Amino acid sequence: MIASLRMFYTSVGRKLVMALTGLFLCVFLLEHLYGNLQLYKMDGGKAFNEYGDFLVGNIIIRTVEFALFGGILLHALDGLYLTWRNRQARPVRYAVNRQAKNSTWFSRNMGLTGSIILVFLVVHLRTFFVTHRFLGADTSMAHDVAEAFQSNIYAALYVVAMMLLGAHLNHGFQSAFQTIGWNNKKYAQPLRTAGTLFALLVTIGFASFPIVFYFDLFGVASNILQSSY
Amino acid sequence: MASSPKLNSHIPEGPMESKWTHHKSTVRLVSPANKRRLDVIVVGTGLAGASAAASLAELGYNVKAFCFQDSPRRAHSIAAQGGINAAKNYQNDGDSVYRLFYDTVKGGDYRAREANVYRLAEVSASIIDQCVAQGVPFAREYGGLLDNRSFGGVQVSRTFYARGQTGQQLLLGAYSALERQVAKGAVTMYSRHEMVELVMVDGKARGIIARNLVTGELERHFGHAVLICSGGYGNVFYLSTNAMGSNVTAAWKAHKKGAFFGNPCFTQIHPTCIPVSGDYQSKLTLMSESLRNDGRVWVPKAVGDKRKPEEISDEERDYYLERRYPAFGNLVPRDVASRAAKQACDEGRGVGPSGLAVYLDFRDAIKRLGHHVISARYGNLFEMYEKITGEDPYQTPMRIYPAVHYTMGGLWVDYNLMTTVPGLYALGEANFSDHGANRLGASALMQGLADGYFVIPYTLGEYLADDIRTPAIPTNHPAFDEAEKSVRDRIEKLMSIKGKQTVEDLHKRLGRIIWDYCGMSRTAEGLTKALAMVQELKNEFWTDVRIPGDVNEFNPELDKAGRVADFIELGELMIRDALMRNESCGGHFREESQTEDGEAKRDDENFAFVAAWEYTGTEPVLHKEELNFEVVHLTQRSYK
Amino acid sequence: MSDSINLKLKIWRQRNHKEAGHFEMYDMPGVSTHMSFLEMMDVLNDRLIREGKDPVAFDHDCREGICGMCSMYINGRAHGPLKGTTTCQLHMRHFSDGETVTIEPWRAAAFPVIKDLVVDRTSFDKIIAAGGYISVNTGNATDANSLPVEKAKSDEAFDAAACIGCGACVATCKNASGMLFLSAKVSHLALLPQGEPERRERVLRMIDAHDESGLGACTNTGACEAECPKEISISHIARLNREYLRAGMTGE
Repeated sequence: MIASLRMFYTSVGRKLVMALTGLFLCVFLLEHLYGNLQLYKMDGGKAFNEYGDFLVGNIIIRTVEFALFGGILLHALDGLYLTWRNRQARPVRYAVNRQAKNSTWFSRNMGLTGSIILVFLVVHLRTFFVTHRFLGADTSMAHDVAEAFQSNIYAALYVVAMMLLGAHLNHGFQSAFQTIGWNNKKYAQPLRTAGTLFALLVTIGFASFPIVFYFDLFGVASNILQSSY
Repeated sequence: MASSPKLNSHIPEGPMESKWTHHKSTVRLVSPANKRRLDVIVVGTGLAGASAAASLAELGYNVKAFCFQDSPRRAHSIAAQGGINAAKNYQNDGDSVYRLFYDTVKGGDYRAREANVYRLAEVSASIIDQCVAQGVPFAREYGGLLDNRSFGGVQVSRTFYARGQTGQQLLLGAYSALERQVAKGAVTMYSRHEMVELVMVDGKARGIIARNLVTGELERHFGHAVLICSGGYGNVFYLSTNAMGSNVTAAWKAHKKGAFFGNPCFTQIHPTCIPVSGDYQSKLTLMSESLRNDGRVWVPKAVGDKRKPEEISDEERDYYLERRYPAFGNLVPRDVASRAAKQACDEGRGVGPSGLAVYLDFRDAIKRLGHHVISARYGNLFEMYEKITGEDPYQTPMRIYPAVHYTMGGLWVDYNLMTTVPGLYALGEANFSDHGANRLGASALMQGLADGYFVIPYTLGEYLADDIRTPAIPTNHPAFDEAEKSVRDRIEKLMSIKGKQTVEDLHKRLGRIIWDYCGMSRTAEGLTKALAMVQELKNEFWTDVRIPGDVNEFNPELDKAGRVADFIELGELMIRDALMRNESCGGHFREESQTEDGEAKRDDENFAFVAAWEYTGTEPVLHKEELNFEVVHLTQRSYK
Repeated sequence: MSDSINLKLKIWRQRNHKEAGHFEMYDMPGVSTHMSFLEMMDVLNDRLIREGKDPVAFDHDCREGICGMCSMYINGRAHGPLKGTTTCQLHMRHFSDGETVTIEPWRAAAFPVIKDLVVDRTSFDKIIAAGGYISVNTGNATDANSLPVEKAKSDEAFDAAACIGCGACVATCKNASGMLFLSAKVSHLALLPQGEPERRERVLRMIDAHDESGLGACTNTGACEAECPKEISISHIARLNREYLRAGMTGE
């Protein structure tokens, strides 16, 4: 077991951990987005809450939840370790360094965008997940969401965080495929495009909620807030 | 003429085609247990050095390898572009060992030792096998088999190539074999080290003094045998296609300790180099000879025609190689092509700002084959040309001019590659052996690898078989003390001069003298003048050179000073050799000895010998090794 | 365009790897635009020697872009501003009059400075020694044409083998990672049938050697590919990763 784990300790192995956990989290994002879209059903939040209840009640999903938190933790810790180690590799910095000529800002700052997203995640979990799961709040989840996004600061925080997440994914998605070796000269461009599309989907998808709820577009927020469900 | 008693070439008996086979099966062997006790020093890690070091280590010898570069992978073999010859006859065009042998002897204008050349041709096929097995990505055809191209001076396609980077790929193959032995502990690698003296014990080569170029420290290294694989001395001309660091120092130190220097005046001027652009020029860049496969060489018919090349019609152009040598056309050997270019420029028909250039034109080839074919064949060369000159050779013809490229001369060696110093060997360009007075294209890579992979592993045993009971000589032996002291004294002397001229100044002046008087064409009068000039320059060097910095630090100027001091002494010997050889042959063109239409005229009666010079400290002494041509019939070379 | 320009050079000077370094400014009037960058450095050094000052140490050898010895971080770019070009092939026509040119050594923990702009790149040799070869002793080879190699693969192998080991990838990578160098060799040998028997061991050992030398990990920014003087593609890094996964997933 130790011997087979050894492959994850090298610089390439640790990148593999980043890629595999990253891709796993991408799958989760899609699932999460699907769940959130239930909020747009204009049924006073019924479908959304039911979906939430279903997740909590399902033993398989609960197991996957552990994997999910494990994945987030591993992705974050491994990322921090790599960032630290990579800084050691260049103890003296360049006085003049025109990195913009050869790479994008976001590809060079995955550690930074990742860290901000992590902070956001803590806030996000505290607001919704912890309140419901551990503090035993018996309010409607959909109601809480709609209410939370009435705050302009909170809504803005979400929009900014989702934009950062998009940037993180724009590089991370194709980078993960590169790391697991699913890239070659033929795939490179399609993969980059797919990464950008995925990042756009996630950003627009998730950022739509604070915007829609804050401005009460299409009456979605009122529909939920006025519902007694 | 009989050979000097001091020169025994040890050519095996028997018919030419069985000499090597017979020799291989009769040379003495060293058992594996004994090889472990024997130390071999290899100086230089180019094709010859890296292949020798790796092969000897594989056999079990303890090898110490030295190079002045920061990594053995950077030796100048890496810059060879065009290809490597081998008598594989994969193209079914009638090639054979005999033909490669014959072409090489003829191409060298009958001044090479037949037996060595035959062996070279014989092992050439194994080189390709070895390199392919190492993963050298030679060019292939769509069927997956190896591709060949033709090269100057021959009428078959026997040149294997890896785009325009054949030398690089072959060297990286040898380098990887070397690094494999380094990892196994069989080779100890000393990079950024320069051999500065040969250590002799009881008349045999037993080690070297090496200078650590990072710290300036002098180090003592013992070896049961010492192999000089340090390449050629083209930088004696200052401007050449050699790397900036390429030097004669290791070979020259060996010469001063008793190794005779063979044919020093035989230097090759390559016809296709990018012309000089200004006096700041530090080196010249070669454009592969393979370009002459598709490029056509021309100058305007009219003297002083300064129009753009595109404006000069075909009728107004002189495709002088095609005109003068219809059989070989643009693919005549290098010496012939270079001289023809010089003649065209001397007539005032040279092109470009300096008038010292001719055109190499791809217009017709692009029309015939298409842009993509030319780009696939020469793309990287065209790019390189554009980077340096700022002109696009797809649109306008290249401007080229001859430049010093290779030195056929070098340490004299016998059939076993041993110099006149017992236990001291010379391989690759550092020896004089296989190319006579002119080397054919794609043969340098072949010779370097032949010597390292397939000759020295056999012939070294012949000498070391006597040494199996010789324990390693401790490096506190008086011979090491003395050698180190002489090096130390010389360095101190250099540093203490504190004159006014930089090493570059003096090197440039040396180069100018050698180029003007001992370059593409030579006369007794010019050479005599040059001899005095070089002697004067030597005096100036030792009284007026300025070297900055300290001894015990990274000091490239000091390294260079030591090399230039040796180049000056070598330059003197080259001039003496050129003066002595009152005939024209190959790259050595004496104006006194030419045919009516200006071609080189050999004098086989008086000069069919190798000139091997002995260092005496005063006037060098000439020894002659008579060249007996048993197989090839001597004729005046003709490429018409 | 004028044939001569005036420049200011801001050059990193460092006596040896123990002492601290600093920048020094030099005026370079009348630089011919036909000169190569290194020839300009020669002119500067010539002047410094005549003035009794210490010339600037820099690595260089073939000056035709193939030996990989020259380095220099010029104006924030490895080998200067021109794509697919080594410093020795860079010509002054790519600079403009009045410009200040900053010249630094490669900066990486794995490449300690020896003097001024000269760094120690022996870690690259160690990576090759760890497995960047095919184990075939001299004389063991079969006929070169006994094993046909698909042309496309052979060409791809060549693209990787074109690496000159200059270290620009490490110098330019924000993590000072040597993955492009490492992958070029792994990819070259993995693509050829001759490299097959050692495929598994090779990649594992070479990656260990890479990590031990203090080079960083790849984060796929693509900077190395953009600055590589031989324009080696990061698709070779993908192949390296593939080789690594394959090697790691299969048994001993």
